[in-house]
Amino acid sequence: MFVAGGEVTGDRMTPEAAVEVTDVTVVYGDVVALEDVSVRLGPGRVCGLIGMNGSGKSTLFKTIMGLVRPRAGEVRLFGADPARGRRAGEVAYVPQAENVDWEFPLRVRDVVTMGRYGRMSPLRRARAVDRAAVDDALEQAELVDLADRQIGELSGGQRRRVFVARGIAQDARLLLLDEPFSGVDKRSEATISKLLRRRADDGCAVLIATHDLNTTPELADEAILLHRRVLMHAAPGEVLRPENLALAFHAGEVAG
Amino acid sequence: MIEFLTDPVQFGVMQRAFLVTIVASAVCAILSCWLVLIGWSLMGDAVSHAVVPGVVLAYLAGVPFAVGAFVFGCIAVWLIGAVRSTSRVKEDAAIGVVFTTLFALGLVLISVTPSQVDFNHILFGNVLGISDSELVQVVVLGALTAAVLLVKSRDLTLYAFDADHAHAIGISPRRLQVLLLALLALTVVVALQAVGVILVVAMVITPGATAYLLTNRMERMLLVAPLLAVGCAVVGLYYSYYADVSSGGAVVLAQGLLFFAVYLLAPRGLFGLRIPWPRRAVHR
Repeated sequence: MFVAGGEVTGDRMTPEAAVEVTDVTVVYGDVVALEDVSVRLGPGRVCGLIGMNGSGKSTLFKTIMGLVRPRAGEVRLFGADPARGRRAGEVAYVPQAENVDWEFPLRVRDVVTMGRYGRMSPLRRARAVDRAAVDDALEQAELVDLADRQIGELSGGQRRRVFVARGIAQDARLLLLDEPFSGVDKRSEATISKLLRRRADDGCAVLIATHDLNTTPELADEAILLHRRVLMHAAPGEVLRPENLALAFHAGEVAG
Repeated sequence: MIEFLTDPVQFGVMQRAFLVTIVASAVCAILSCWLVLIGWSLMGDAVSHAVVPGVVLAYLAGVPFAVGAFVFGCIAVWLIGAVRSTSRVKEDAAIGVVFTTLFALGLVLISVTPSQVDFNHILFGNVLGISDSELVQVVVLGALTAAVLLVKSRDLTLYAFDADHAHAIGISPRRLQVLLLALLALTVVVALQAVGVILVVAMVITPGATAYLLTNRMERMLLVAPLLAVGCAVVGLYYSYYADVSSGGAVVLAQGLLFFAVYLLAPRGLFGLRIPWPRRAVHR
């Protein structure tokens, strides 16, 4: 049993980390994807995970979610074993747009309802509380009018909001978002940023993987520069300095 | 007209044929919805061919053919997964190697066993020669498979759509994958008697593909696919009765023709995507 550590709300003096990654190394075949990565993110914080493609952002997410087993190191969610956190519905994941089958015969409401599955009986029949959570999430993500649309009938920004809404309906305490702002119009970008900020203010930890640096400074409380290793973990303004970015993007490849 | 419809079903043989084909079509069609969406159509092909040695061995051992077929279906699935995940061989090659090897093993076993195992019946089905015990097997297994599929339907859709999310909320995608593959093996066993090894694969792909062109809602797809498949089973069996053609062939031909009609005409088919159909009113 993992009872030690208690709840976040229990002891305000030492807020327990939402996610704590310690000395994690991940190897695919001969390729070292992550090396000695340590990341600690507290509740109520929005953190930008910045790195170029192939820097290990997605691998770090997969490791946090338990989809990839690290060769060394450890992941803890809310001070406990990650499997327990997953079963408790504490982790929500917003996948990259290109990893979603947008032709799948599901409506917006169906996808958002999947956020509730972990909290339902094995038949996954929605109860009143589930429907209320879904309606609320649709409302927050400004998707109420689109709820009965097939997910492929949406714009890029609307599509992303569907998955953010799924995480909200789930009532997760840790949100992982993989490139939520790529290919997204300004209005959706503002809506998503506002949503994430509100979640964080409610105590949710938000980790955003991105190589688009424009939205990071206003939204994030902190930023991590990743290039297989954690090069830097500081305030966004500090991390986004050109000389620091050059470390992660190699000189000449600085984006944004 | 009435006689045209009632004539075939007066015979006990045809009644059984209708029952078996309808049950098999419906179960295959329900399963096909997920196979088509996940992209596992080739798995249906593989499992159906791989059961042949199981059928022969079951006959030799004197156990119900369904047992042998199910065991070999599972062996095929397990072998494919093992080859793919522990070597650099990609999935399609793994599928190709495993199912042809098992199918060939079936051929060899048949040629060395006494002649009662009729190879044609395994390959093309023997719906008119079905025995009482086989009839019971098909109906019981079919009902069981359909029941499990429907009970787990939302989890299977979750798995098909976003296995990572399933994992993240503590629902094991691995278990759902194993469940779906086991149900595929069971379904093949059910349909074997009706249409045979070669055409089972059509029954676990075509209805789902057709329904997918017709609807944007999973729960409707799960209704449309078996309804269409049962319709095709009935039409195909009447055609086979009056034209005296292979019943399995007629049923699958009906499914295929229906698919192409839908493919040509449906809003999500060939012309639908080229000619701008009036879209549903877009409300913001």
